[in-house]
Amino acid sequence: MISASEHKVDHLMESLKPGHEPDETALFPVIDDIITSYHGQGGALIPVLQTIQNMLGYLPENSLRYVSKAMKIPFSEVTGVVSFYSFFSTQPRGTYLIRVCMGTACYVRGGNEVLEAITRELGIRVGETSDDHQFSLEVGRCFGACGLAPVVMVNDTVHQRVKPSKVRELIAQYQQAAAEKMEAAL
Amino acid sequence: MPKRNYVLVCGGTGCESSKADQIFRNLKIACTEQGITDEVQVVKTGCFGFCEQGPIVKVLPDETFYVKVTPEDAEEIITEHLVKGRKVSRLEYDTKGSTKNAKVDDIQFYQKQFRIVLRNCGVIDPENIDEYIARDGYAAVEKVLFEMSPDDVIQELKKAQLRGRGGAGFPTWLKWSFTKDVEESEKYVVCNADEGDPGAYMDRSTLEGDPHSILEAMTIAGRTCGASRGYIYIRAEYPLAIKRLKIAMQQAREYGLLGDNILGSDFSFDIEIRLGAGAFVCGEETALLASIEGERGMPRPRPPFPAVKGVWNKPTVINNVETWANIPVIILKGGDWFSKIGTEDSKGTKVFALTGKISNSGLVEVPMGTTLREIIYDIGGGIANGKKFKAVQTGGPSGGVITADYLDTPIDYGTLTSLGSMMGSGGMIIMDEDDCIVDVTKFYLGFSVEESCGKCSPCRIGGRSLYNILDRITKGEGEMADIGKMKDIGLAMKKASLCGLGQTAPNPILSTLNYFEDEYLAHIKDKRCPAGTCKELISFHILADKCIGCTACARKCPTGAITGERRQVHRIDPDLCIKCGVCLETCKFDAVFVR
Repeated sequence: MISASEHKVDHLMESLKPGHEPDETALFPVIDDIITSYHGQGGALIPVLQTIQNMLGYLPENSLRYVSKAMKIPFSEVTGVVSFYSFFSTQPRGTYLIRVCMGTACYVRGGNEVLEAITRELGIRVGETSDDHQFSLEVGRCFGACGLAPVVMVNDTVHQRVKPSKVRELIAQYQQAAAEKMEAAL
Repeated sequence: MPKRNYVLVCGGTGCESSKADQIFRNLKIACTEQGITDEVQVVKTGCFGFCEQGPIVKVLPDETFYVKVTPEDAEEIITEHLVKGRKVSRLEYDTKGSTKNAKVDDIQFYQKQFRIVLRNCGVIDPENIDEYIARDGYAAVEKVLFEMSPDDVIQELKKAQLRGRGGAGFPTWLKWSFTKDVEESEKYVVCNADEGDPGAYMDRSTLEGDPHSILEAMTIAGRTCGASRGYIYIRAEYPLAIKRLKIAMQQAREYGLLGDNILGSDFSFDIEIRLGAGAFVCGEETALLASIEGERGMPRPRPPFPAVKGVWNKPTVINNVETWANIPVIILKGGDWFSKIGTEDSKGTKVFALTGKISNSGLVEVPMGTTLREIIYDIGGGIANGKKFKAVQTGGPSGGVITADYLDTPIDYGTLTSLGSMMGSGGMIIMDEDDCIVDVTKFYLGFSVEESCGKCSPCRIGGRSLYNILDRITKGEGEMADIGKMKDIGLAMKKASLCGLGQTAPNPILSTLNYFEDEYLAHIKDKRCPAGTCKELISFHILADKCIGCTACARKCPTGAITGERRQVHRIDPDLCIKCGVCLETCKFDAVFVR
């Protein structure tokens, strides 16, 4: 989906610092390329925002201001769109995005109890990110895997038939993976 | 060259999450190792529908049906079944105590099904256009381009009496003819794949298993109505469907079936994919069009209808995935053939997603007019874990419940509406005695409140008020006057809301008040939840004569509310208990009970 030239994207990704907005001199040329790639297509704002979010994991404020200026769309309209759609996030997300399905099939098979167990285990509420930036918690509206309810998605992996009593194990598995990654980085 | 055997692996999202991809790769590796790649072809198909038993592997031509396969089983299937000719009986689907060597036709789950929409799902490789063409794919578009006039196509759809499968059931031919009859050089065709109804996933499976059928149908609509551009608006939550659509579009362009001068004719048509961004209301057609235009997905008042003023204010034919999937079949087999299937009121088939407390969850396609009992008991295998059937919910947050008294009703658009529910997109959620009707209704209202776009006040304020009342009732704080209040607010919302979301949001309440008023009264008057679900009205206890003191519950309890010595009866401290239910789930001796 990333339509910007590769070296510009690489440069941007290298310049990212946790806890800071992306560097504008690296970010804006990439956004320019993305917008150019949708040139001539009506209604490009949403695809442009989706592309930026897929790249950065969220939509930092400076990216929104620049999109507004470059696409000549009022900033209020851009943030209106961003806040309307639940896919968009203006907050950085954790390494692991946990999404608990709250579709009906998952709900009647105990999805809510699973969500409560995860909330307890991580000590964060829905919409929040843990202090160590490892986990973010969200609820989803049906992933279409109703035959395997209740379902929890961690990034792109679907975990099926999750039980509250298995939640601790599930989280520990990712905590361990995170710890190993940290160790490898040191 | 036809092969000796075909090994089909389900590649739907459900089975993929159970490592179907690894199974597929292992099967291929095993074939190579055994040197039988010339004789045996391994194919990754779309969803078989029998998700309960996934991952599924089917061997042709002997129709062996392997269930719950793991990547480790792949080698055995190849070496035993395909080299030595001995079926791997431990993996075969067990048809209720009878012999194990089940063929697909013997499996009750499939016996009453009739597949039009899902005709290719679980049969062809969705990433290979040649397999679609081999099953009469793109023959319908050829017929429309060279043998039929636009009026012929409309006539055929009129004879078929196909109605929109997205929920409202509007006659498809009429929609198309509105757009066709507008004098305008620029028109659009849109596929609504923003399947947001919780508990419904037939559109996702259709796109994953048979993406070309949608492209072909949209091209037919383009030719018939005079449009040269199409959009597929699909949820971002469906990455696999998006990927397969992109592959299909690429292949269709290479074959001259999409793009300029299709099949050498003077007709040009191309399609663009637009991803949804997580807003349920975008399933409403005018909101969807606003979203395609890059705006907040808020509905617009109708008329004008999209058929006359749609995307960019141009005439737009917009249909849902399941509706599209019917089109090529109707063109090839004829409207008369199609209209023989189903009931007087509704023709053809309907795909239902059977989920909840059912033994065999999955996707089922049945002729309209099949009874709920046939779907739930004959196909679905009845209620899971020997529990008692309570109700089936259809139509999602816009629908209602149907009780055991009405299980023999033949279902179509009309009968479901007369029972106070609706067809909706085809989600069918089975509830058993453990499900609290008030709690499930609160869940639906919570959904509608969260997804309300906030544009019109009946939906924005009315929905919130209804939710607050239900919330009070589930906490034992309800009053008798609440019932009348909910009915009044509900009726006002139905009359005054701008779009379908607000107009139908009160349906779950109105329907459950009709069939389960007793349960509301138990919460309001007796402060009791008969199903034992509502947290504020229940408490957990341990039965002294059943507890053997194994300590399993105490170890799992997240708040340390359970105490007791090993081999002694345990007890739960009600002040510490947060009613999470982990002890109930953990206890193997049925010693934990809810009051």
